[in-house]
Formats: sequence, C-alpha cells, structure tokens
Amino acid sequence: MNKLIVFVKKLTGTRLFLPLFCLVLVLLSNLIKTPTFFQVTIKNGVLYGYIIDVINRASDLVILSVGMTMVVAASGGTDISVGAVMSVAGAVCCYILAGGLQTVNEFQNPYILGVLAAVFAGMLCGCFNGFLVAKMKIQPMVATLILFTAGRGMAQLITRGQITYIRVESYKMLGASIPGIPVPTPVFVALLVVILTYVLLKKTTLGLYIQTVGINSRASRLMGIKSSRIIFLSYVFCGLCAGVSGLVASSRIYSADANNIGLNLELDAILAVALGGNSLGGGKFSLLGSVIGAYTIQALSTTLYAMGVSPDQIPVYKAIVVVIIVALQSTELKKMAKRYQTGREVGKKVA
Amino acid sequence: MKNRGKTDGKIFLLMITIALFVTMYIAGIIIFNSKGFAKPQVFLNLFISNAGLIVIAAGMTMVMITGGIDISVGSVVALTCMMLAWMMEVKGIGAVPALLTVLVIGIFFGLVQGFFIAYLKIQPFIVTLAGMFFARGMTAIISQEMISVKNELFLKWAKSKINLTFLGGTVNKKGVVNYPFLYPSVIIALVVLVLVFVALKYTKFGRTIYAVGGNEQSALMMGLNVKRTKLLVYVINGFLCALGGFLFCLNTCAGFVEQAKGFEMEAIASAVIGGTLLSGGVGNVFGSLFGVLIKGTIETFITFQGTLSSWWTKITIAALLAFFILLQSLFAKAKEK
Repeated sequence: MNKLIVFVKKLTGTRLFLPLFCLVLVLLSNLIKTPTFFQVTIKNGVLYGYIIDVINRASDLVILSVGMTMVVAASGGTDISVGAVMSVAGAVCCYILAGGLQTVNEFQNPYILGVLAAVFAGMLCGCFNGFLVAKMKIQPMVATLILFTAGRGMAQLITRGQITYIRVESYKMLGASIPGIPVPTPVFVALLVVILTYVLLKKTTLGLYIQTVGINSRASRLMGIKSSRIIFLSYVFCGLCAGVSGLVASSRIYSADANNIGLNLELDAILAVALGGNSLGGGKFSLLGSVIGAYTIQALSTTLYAMGVSPDQIPVYKAIVVVIIVALQSTELKKMAKRYQTGREVGKKVA
Repeated sequence: MKNRGKTDGKIFLLMITIALFVTMYIAGIIIFNSKGFAKPQVFLNLFISNAGLIVIAAGMTMVMITGGIDISVGSVVALTCMMLAWMMEVKGIGAVPALLTVLVIGIFFGLVQGFFIAYLKIQPFIVTLAGMFFARGMTAIISQEMISVKNELFLKWAKSKINLTFLGGTVNKKGVVNYPFLYPSVIIALVVLVLVFVALKYTKFGRTIYAVGGNEQSALMMGLNVKRTKLLVYVINGFLCALGGFLFCLNTCAGFVEQAKGFEMEAIASAVIGGTLLSGGVGNVFGSLFGVLIKGTIETFITFQGTLSSWWTKITIAALLAFFILLQSLFAKAKEK
C-alpha cells in the first residue's frame, strides 16, 4: 500500500505529470467525435477497439523511443536513422526467411535465424553510427544522416527493389496475436523491452553513467568513465531497438516493404522523447516519460486518422507539436518572457 | 606563418575534391568512350540536371559555415514545385506571380527556421527536421496527386536552349546541325554561385558569417551581431531553396509528394565533399560546385552502365559523405596535435 502511494506521488511529480496530462487530453478529445473510443470488444478471440489499436500500434514506437532515449541522454544528439534501420532489419529478416525468393508460403530457413540476423543487422547499423559519433566526434545528426538516406537504399538492394512476402502463419504472430491470448503480441514485446531496459539501468551503474556522460562528457572522462564507450554503446542499443521494432513492423504486414517500414518514425521517436519531459540536450532522462510520450504520439496519430487526415499529411501536425515542445523547453524563450515581464513592470512603475 | 599552414589544409581538402572529380571524369571517358561519354554535351548535362542542386548547395554551404545545418531543403524543394504546379495549373495564376509567391514563401520559411535557431537557440537539426516534415506534409495537403505543368511561359523558360556554337556542332542524319546546349536555369545557377562567392569573400556580411562559424563566442565579443547574422543566413538559404526548387521544377515540370526525397543529403554531401567543415568556419561555394559535379558524375556513370538501380546513387553518395567526414575528422585531430 505504501509503495502504491509512493508510486502515485512519483507519477504526479512534475516530470511525468505533463506527458501524462497530454496523453489523457488527447484520448479524451476523441470522445467528442467518437463516443465509442474506449469501447473494447472481442473479435475472433482478440481484443478489439480504438484504445487497443492505440496500445498495439504504439508498440513499435515505444521500442524505438527506449533506444532513442539512451542516445539522447548520452550524446545530446538524436539518431535519425532509426526508421531506415527498421526497414533494413525487416528486409534482412525476410530475405533470410524467404531464402532469396520473392514470395514464400513456408520458411526457407529457421525462424530464429531470421530474427537474430535482423537484430544483428540493427546492431551493426548502431555500431556504424556509434563509431562515427563516439570515436570520430561527428555531430550525431550528421553521422546518422548517412544511414537515414542510405538505409532504405540498402534495404531495397537486399529485397532487390521488390516487396518480399512471407505468407506463414507463425511469422504473423509477432505482429498480430498468438492464438489463445487476447492481447496483441507487439504489446508484450514492447513491455519486455521496456522492463529489461529498466532493470538494466536500475540494477547496474549504466543508467547513472549515461546521465553523467550526457551532462558533461569531459568531466566524466576525467572521473574515469569511458565516455566514448558509453556513447558508442547507447547507439548500438538504439540500433538493437530499431532492429526489434523493424521485426515487429515487418511481421505486421508479413513482408519487407523497404520504402514504408518505419517511414517518418524517426520524428515520432524524437517527439516521444521530448514529450516525455526529456531534454534534447542530453543528461537526466526518464524512460517512463518517453514511453508515455510514445503512447501519446500514437494516440495523436490514431485521433488524426479517425478525423480523416491522410498519412502523408500527418507530419505537418507533428512537426508543429515538436516545435512547440522544443520552444517551451528553450531557456532563451524563458529569458525573453522574463525580460518582457520585467519590462512591463518597469513600465507600470514609471507610469 | 602559422596561418599559412591552416590555409594549406583547407586548400588540400579542395584539391582532393577537384582531383577526385577529374579522375572520375577521365575514368568515365576511358570506360564509356564507346557510348559517347567524351561528348561536350555529357559534361553540360551535369550542369543542366543539377542546376537546382548547385543553388541549394550554395545556400547549404553558407548555413554550414555558420556551424548550422538545414535538412529541410529537400522538402522545401518538393513544396516549391508543388506550389508552382498547383498555382499555375489549378488556380490559373501566371508563371511570374507564381514564381514570386514561391520565393516569398521560401524567405518566410527561412525566417521562421532562422528565428527558432538564432533567437531561441534550438539545435538547427531539430528545427529543420521539423521543417522537413512540415514542408513534406504541406506538399501532401496541397495535392496528393501529381500535377504536371502545362503553362506556356513556364515551358518556354524550361525548354529554350542556349546553343554553344563555339564548341562545334555535329550534323545528324537529316542534315541538321546540333550544337551543345545549356538551359537558362544553368545560367541562373552559375550567377547565384558567383554572387554567393563574392558575398562570402568580399563583403562585411560574408566575413561575419565566417567569424560566427569559427568561434561564436569570439565573434560576439568582437561586437558582431551573431543572432542577426544567423537569422539572415537562414533567410537567404530559404530564398535559395525556393529558387533552387524553381530550377528543379524547370527540369521536371511537375509537382508531386515524393519529389526530391533525399535532396538534403545530396546538398550536405556536396558541401562536405567540397571542403566545408561540419564544425563551421571553413567553406567555399566553388568546392560545393565540385561536390555537386561529383554527384552528377556518379549518376551519369549509373545511367551509362545501364543495369544498376538508381539506389546505388544514394548509397555511393552516402559512402562518399562518410569518407569525407572521416577525412575531416582526421584533419581536425591532426590539427589538435
């Protein structure tokens, strides 16, 4: 009971309050147009409804934003290649499972091999980014820009410019649901990633190290922490998350569509991190905040879809939200507001 | 004397780029000689198909010299083309007012981005990333279908050839003499390039840009207006993006959502390959021109080769960008020692 009170207090603390408030606001705003928004039904043994859809669809983003949080916290930069890495992972997995064919009705190679290869491909991309950022000291966004553009090209090469289909029931399970369990599988995958990461950060010193490096990498190096290694690891971890997310996304459509897997998700992931109350400048971070942020974004997307906005047009609204959040975080704006206020007060006194 | 060593380093990067271009072109002439790679028109086509990119790379170079970056350029080009096509074809506005409107929109776009970057001190990458998605989304809001331009005046701009008679013509089967030609868009692009070069090298504003990029703190202490300089650079960049988009549209004569995807990468790669440092303070627009030409040569290779897919261009550019970034990083490390 005591723990619960502490937990509730923690939730109402300033850090997570804003993200949660946004989430609730977005969800409730749906009630105006779609009164059945919170209705949950069971169809074919699977839970169905808008709210389930939000939780289900957000899973890819939750996994991505966990990785993104690490990168942002450790290096003060963002990894914009995650969407492209997702498509590479999906392409690698499908290529191996299909054994180079375009459409298959049964696995040509063991399932586990495809999964491992996809995750490995994601980590390899992460290694490349991490090497450029940590060792070569290149701005994170420029370094990841390379894979951002080349990644989809690589995925296209792997799938030979076509869409590889895996028409196997067991392949669809990861992205849909396992028979007998009413909750969609991606939800469990996301939950697993979040819990594992949380335990890893809390039970080892890694979480503390990441924050230290993010706040001042020079000082932490002088203190004996290998800053560059921590930054490198954070990118590898982000690549891993992108790989897992790519697997889920590819399983959803049981194919590797190099052009569309993870499209525009990099912005969503950054947005999720920022919305979760994390500073994009690095340092202190909140994993839970990012997760809530990710659900908020998906809720926003689903809301916009429900209102009939086409997928191509959604980035406009998200971009506006990003700019507003980042502007609110900006210390310069606070200074300006303060100056304006004092200016007015002085003006009053003079009058 | 110390200064001289620094200049040598800069020139060295530029020399590598020019040498790379010349080597690639000579290699192309040797490999694809039977397919007519050595014709002057092939060289001129490099300029024709990349006129827009030359202008945008010039703007990007300016932004990068201040230590910033703009990844919204590709989307702004798409928005520009779409706006032009939509205004002329759907709304029936003349080509000249449409062009002016687009240029104003470009300036406004730069103004907003510049304000966020210079005055609110938000990382340029975040602001322009948002700008990138905003512009692409706006393109989709205007029209999700492709709009082809049929405006007569616009097509006249796009198709009027400038024959370069001094390069000598070839007579085809019907007995008509064909001279190597350029389109007006190339002339505009080269004029812009020279203007930006002069502005950077010989004006107070240009020198301020270098000072801001070299060391913002020192520039501020020297009494230079850092914020206003940055804002102006982004405004000029916005204008050049719209102009580049117009030149791009002269080539494609259409507007569609997926247009100019990955353009930002090409512009950044051109600037970096041309010797502009990502850390700011160093850069030259003529270097960027060679960056663009190298990218064009790679594309020409792929066209001449015939069997490679267009994805190879992006992958090669990315590899080249990675190579030059590493080179820069090694230079920076060597300088520290």
